Amino acid sequence: MGGGSATFKIFRHDPSAEGEEPRFQEYEVPVRPGLTVLDALFYVQERLDSSLAFRASCRAAACGSCAMHIAGGYGLACQTQVEPLGGGPIVLRPLAHLPIIRDLVVDMGPFWEKYNKIRPFLVPGEPAPEKERTQSPDDRDKLEGLIDCILCGICSSACAVGGTDDAYLGPAALLNADRFVQDTRDGATEERLRIVDGEHGVWRCHTIFSCQEACPKGLDPTGAIMTLRRTIIRHRWKKLVR
Amino acid sequence: MRSHDVLIVGGGLAGLRAAVELNKANVKVGLISKVHPLRSHSVAAQGGINASLGNHPRGDYDTAMRHAFDTVKGSDFLADQPAVVRMAKDAPLRVFEIEHWGCPFSRTDEGKIAQRPFGGAGFPRTCYASDKTGLAMMHTLFEQMIRYQQAAERQELVVYSEWLVIGLAVDGDLCAGAVAMNIKTGEVDGFRAEAVLFATGGAGRIYGNSTNAIINSGMGMAVPYRAGVPLKDMEFVQFHPTTLCGSNILISEAARGEGGYLLNKDGHRFLADYPDSKKAMEVAPRDIVARNMAREILAGRAVEGTHFWLDLRHLGEEKIQKQLPGIRDLAIRFAGIDPADRPVPVQPGQHYTMGGIDVDRSGASPLKGLFAAGEAACVSVHGANRLGGNSLLDTIVFGAITGEAMAEFIAGHVRPASADKALAEAAARGREAVERLLGGGGAEDPVSIKDEMKKTMMEKVGIFRDRADLSAALAKIRELKDRYRRVGVSFKGKILNQELRSTIELGGSLDVAEAVVAGALAREESRGSHSRTDFPKRDDAGWLKHTLAALAPEGPRLSYRDVELGYFEPAERVY
Ligand SMILES: Cc1cc2nc3c(=O)[nH]c(=O)nc-3n(C[C@H](O)[C@H](O)[C@H](O)COP(=O)(O)OP(=O)(O)OC[C@H]3O[C@@H](n4cnc5c(N)ncnc54)[C@H](O)[C@@H]3O)c2cc1C
Ligand code: SF4
Repeated sequence: MGGGSATFKIFRHDPSAEGEEPRFQEYEVPVRPGLTVLDALFYVQERLDSSLAFRASCRAAACGSCAMHIAGGYGLACQTQVEPLGGGPIVLRPLAHLPIIRDLVVDMGPFWEKYNKIRPFLVPGEPAPEKERTQSPDDRDKLEGLIDCILCGICSSACAVGGTDDAYLGPAALLNADRFVQDTRDGATEERLRIVDGEHGVWRCHTIFSCQEACPKGLDPTGAIMTLRRTIIRHRWKKLVR
Repeated sequence: MRSHDVLIVGGGLAGLRAAVELNKANVKVGLISKVHPLRSHSVAAQGGINASLGNHPRGDYDTAMRHAFDTVKGSDFLADQPAVVRMAKDAPLRVFEIEHWGCPFSRTDEGKIAQRPFGGAGFPRTCYASDKTGLAMMHTLFEQMIRYQQAAERQELVVYSEWLVIGLAVDGDLCAGAVAMNIKTGEVDGFRAEAVLFATGGAGRIYGNSTNAIINSGMGMAVPYRAGVPLKDMEFVQFHPTTLCGSNILISEAARGEGGYLLNKDGHRFLADYPDSKKAMEVAPRDIVARNMAREILAGRAVEGTHFWLDLRHLGEEKIQKQLPGIRDLAIRFAGIDPADRPVPVQPGQHYTMGGIDVDRSGASPLKGLFAAGEAACVSVHGANRLGGNSLLDTIVFGAITGEAMAEFIAGHVRPASADKALAEAAARGREAVERLLGGGGAEDPVSIKDEMKKTMMEKVGIFRDRADLSAALAKIRELKDRYRRVGVSFKGKILNQELRSTIELGGSLDVAEAVVAGALAREESRGSHSRTDFPKRDDAGWLKHTLAALAPEGPRLSYRDVELGYFEPAERVY
């Protein structure tokens, strides 16, 4: 396609404007090798339509700002190449299950509230030594794939349960709960399991794997949820036996 | 008007660390960030953070003083030595502390924090969390903030996400608060505080090719600069040798620390051909490697005249996946190249702002009540060239020091009655400025001004500089500043008006760019990252001093301050 162009069909909506209906607007963007969806959005906003709203910051798939629905699947605009998507129309939509502020920008408030619920901070089991707490490389490896979460919100938007149960903690919060459960330095496992064991917690997951498919960092929230379930059951048994 | 004891501008590592410190001291904190804190640039830091822990088998004899020496030498002796010594001494303490808070560092076989070699360091002292150290540290500090917010007995800690600070309120010789615009609504409000911290990060995006987040416009430096606070050593701009060709996404120095090779178009490790890098090779400091790459480009030995190969293949897929998974992922996604199979095309790009808001060792600026920390500040611990792994350290060491200093400052401070009036006036001026941009129909297009600025900085204020280029650049930036006065925005909406926001920030970028060029033109020597082809030697007799740029109506007014020595004698810098 080199030197060609692509049509973007972008979701537009300003809920604050009375009577304004959500719509899609089309833009023609010149394509070169290496052009990302985020580059294209800047092209539109800076050269074609200054009213377009979207979020962006690091442009290197580390900050999670530019999560959106791109050409049929969720992704980060900054790490999605345009060329492989073909000439379009390439449809861009905001994250689902969250209130829209304008165009591609959603209110992440409800997402952060759920994250806050899992008490996302280390609760050390023992007082801190003078130097570092030691942790074997194998124990540290258990955190790989959990600490990489950039809290972009994609998994929770891709999750079908999130559409029917507003209170469902969702894959991102649950994956982060598992991050602390897996950490040998943490001493609050019981409490953490209690938090995720509720009706809007791990048992809500229908294991459809949408989150795992959608995660732009290749993480596996479903796997984390399954691990939490197994851990909960193991702890219940332990209590019975005791 | 919103009111807090202390206002922190910036939710990156420096801002968050200061917030935690202030909260420990039971101070009411408001924290403003133009993006959600976790979207700050700091999350993109990859390679690691320096501390002389001696956890590496080759690190046994490392000490804080050796760390300090390497830092001073790396800075080409422009860093203030007492500040560097303090940073190096605090380093283990701060690293252990963030580990205690949960930072998931990689581990040695004995379970200690793992360390790797980094450029310019005598020992492997860079602690890391694979190659996502910034993300790991940011999450840890953000988690601590949530911990404080959820602890009932603690004082308030309010986060204002997506607010852009556009002005400062000054009452005589005192900072009386700040003025910010809510990006989501367009509302402009005054933020009353006894002390204000600027932890607003670097200004990389005044350049075309930068590894920095798109949001690093320099606006955070421009706000205090316009309020009369000098910017220090702005001419010192770090270029990183290995950024992905085209997008300039960083390929961390860890790639070279782990043993990667840099090759020219003939497949030759060209660093062997230059006296200042032939011994350390790929782990020579950044300024030296970047300069020798620029020389290869000039000599026609770069690939297609633009880039080089970073070859990791000999490390083997397993080591690449284990130690550099993030880099592998970036190379695959953004360049379509798996470094396990093929060399990665890299080129130098703007990376770090050594200069910044003039502050002393406690983070205090000359304006009473105004503090700065992190990349936005210049203490100075990085001098003319920052060593890899030292700026994450800078953020948490000086974030903590400054937080403590602010708590002390407000304890002994009585806010004069006049301060609120000054703040109300500043807020009114802020509102007017925004209304003017929205209302007036200036004919100048902000996007072309921005593009021309970035191009000018890249072409004329880059790795090699000379008088002709710098004079031309200064004239150009002034022309752009003049055009900026007639700028207009076409979209008039208040909710998430990206054009409005970036146009406001562009004004700040231009002021900062001008300070960089003016400092570079005046400094007639070569030191660290500042290489004047017309003055190729370091000149300690004339230039062992910091540049201070104060904003005057005609532009930056320069003055100078001696470097604080006291530990190490300036010597020639070879590796
Ligand atoms: C790609 C990359 C990799 C790096 N890797 C390393 C590394 O391995 N080791 C190392 O030591 N250093 C590294 N660095 C450098 C290091 O990451 C930065 O210097 C450091 O993270 C800066 O932190 P900070 O808290 O000062 O600023 P930032 O993290 O940039 O935060 C700035 C904050 O200020 C806010 N802000 C700015 N202006 C305004 C305004 N006007 N109004 C409101 N809010 C505002 C922003 O929203 C943000 O929250 C790297 C840098 C880059 C570019
Ligand atoms: S698990 Fe993946 S998709 Fe979900 S928030 Fe984290 S990074 Fe985003």
